[in-house]
Amino acid sequence: MPSDRRLEREAAKRRRHRRGQAIAALSSVVVLGGIAALVLTSPGWPTVRETFFSWTEFKDSFPDVLRAFWLDVKVFLVVELAVLAVGLLVALVRIARSPAMFPLRLLAVAFVDLFRGIPTILLVFMVGFGVPALELSGTPSEPVVLGAIALTLSYSAYVAEVYRAGIRSVHRGQRDAALAVGLTEAQAMRHVVLPQAVRRVAPPLLNDFVALQKDVALISILGPLEAFREAQIINAQTFNFTPLVAAALLYLAVTVPMARLVDRMGGPEGAVR
Amino acid sequence: MSAGAGEAALELRGITKAFGEREVLRGIDLTVREHEAVALIGASGSGKSTLLRCIDLLEEIDDGDVFLDGETITDPAVDPVAVRRRLGLVFQAYNLFPHMTALENVMLGERRAHGKTRAEAEEQGRALLARFGLAGREDDRPDNLSGGQQQRVAIARAFAGRPRVLLLDEITSALDPELVGEVLEAVRDLKKEGMTMLIATHEMTFAREVADQVAFLHEGRILEQGTPAQVLEAPQQEETRRFLSRLLQAGRA
Repeated sequence: MPSDRRLEREAAKRRRHRRGQAIAALSSVVVLGGIAALVLTSPGWPTVRETFFSWTEFKDSFPDVLRAFWLDVKVFLVVELAVLAVGLLVALVRIARSPAMFPLRLLAVAFVDLFRGIPTILLVFMVGFGVPALELSGTPSEPVVLGAIALTLSYSAYVAEVYRAGIRSVHRGQRDAALAVGLTEAQAMRHVVLPQAVRRVAPPLLNDFVALQKDVALISILGPLEAFREAQIINAQTFNFTPLVAAALLYLAVTVPMARLVDRMGGPEGAVR
Repeated sequence: MSAGAGEAALELRGITKAFGEREVLRGIDLTVREHEAVALIGASGSGKSTLLRCIDLLEEIDDGDVFLDGETITDPAVDPVAVRRRLGLVFQAYNLFPHMTALENVMLGERRAHGKTRAEAEEQGRALLARFGLAGREDDRPDNLSGGQQQRVAIARAFAGRPRVLLLDEITSALDPELVGEVLEAVRDLKKEGMTMLIATHEMTFAREVADQVAFLHEGRILEQGTPAQVLEAPQQEETRRFLSRLLQAGRA
């Protein structure tokens, strides 16, 4: 039989919880309702509703935009894998200490400085139009491939730094212990340091992937028919912006689940409750 | 290769080591004979850890030589990896691999450095963990083990490679007092087997019991060396007496 004191405490806890929920609900209604009211009562709303949120336009354009969106999905899946590999390679070269690696180390530093420092859209332009202009045999000429290469360069530079931070965060004693049991430096990295580093940086890595997934739209400037481009084309024919909203929803459909995954990995404090 | 009983397994001659301007070791001469346990005592910061790290080639010495079975291991031409495979080092803070189970910690070196198959390494690993009282904890990660259990896993890991000499670096000083006993028991067990050991320690009772020789390290030099009875009961040097009386006041001797 719980004591009266305990029952009293539990009742107080329940009251506090109910009051918290009531306040959360009320403030949500006020804030969200206020924003909705502001938008819906604005003088331009009827026009905006017709040009951005037309159900007929949505139904007509959605299949085409969705079909084009598959290209985005394919590109980011391939680029994500490439970025994981290239980023790791650049990070490993950058932390390697052997003197023979010096020129490679310089290249790795230059790689990060260069590709992280140039706006992604500019990089897509330069690779997309610059590489074919070289007229070298064997270089890709497909705009999609060139766009994917540009995205890989840009994101690998970020991801290399994420990996490097992770590797540096693993305590030096771990490397020492690995060497002490007779492993080589490379084995110590592979079996002891890297597994711990990758686990630690998984949330920021996924965060970069959220950014990458929407930046795939940038390859549209080279011409490939991905979701944003397709939506623009329909918009140019109908003068209605609903297809762009449809494209936006598709991007959200992949980035939001990824963002929730990042929250979950980062611990409960990041999650929406 | 194998030295007879009483021959020098590990020999240090004139070891010096400085970190920048700070001279940590200023000419260390020390011999650890086969089957012998040598206790290295001295205040924090006297260079005990640095010395053990230098022997395991985790730090590069500035001058002098370390001989393992008569062969210099501190020559720049010697492959440090091959040397470390003949030595074992147990760290003060255990340094277990947190992403691996206790068993995997013990198996890693055997598989990757000593070329054992998974089955061989696993069989040996299980036997070693059982020997140090860890049967049933094979699949636990280090953070599910007590400090004493973690340190025993670390001892099993260092011992797995059948080292010629086992280096123990203050292996009980990160432990809660009630966990010290179980770790020292593991070392006693190794001593009984005839393991050659160099033990940096603050546990004087233990040094008295297990060590054949005690060396007192002070400001980077070995100030006094002898049997435990000589050094701990009848120290000749003023600094040794002062160090021991400080330990006595702290209730550690």
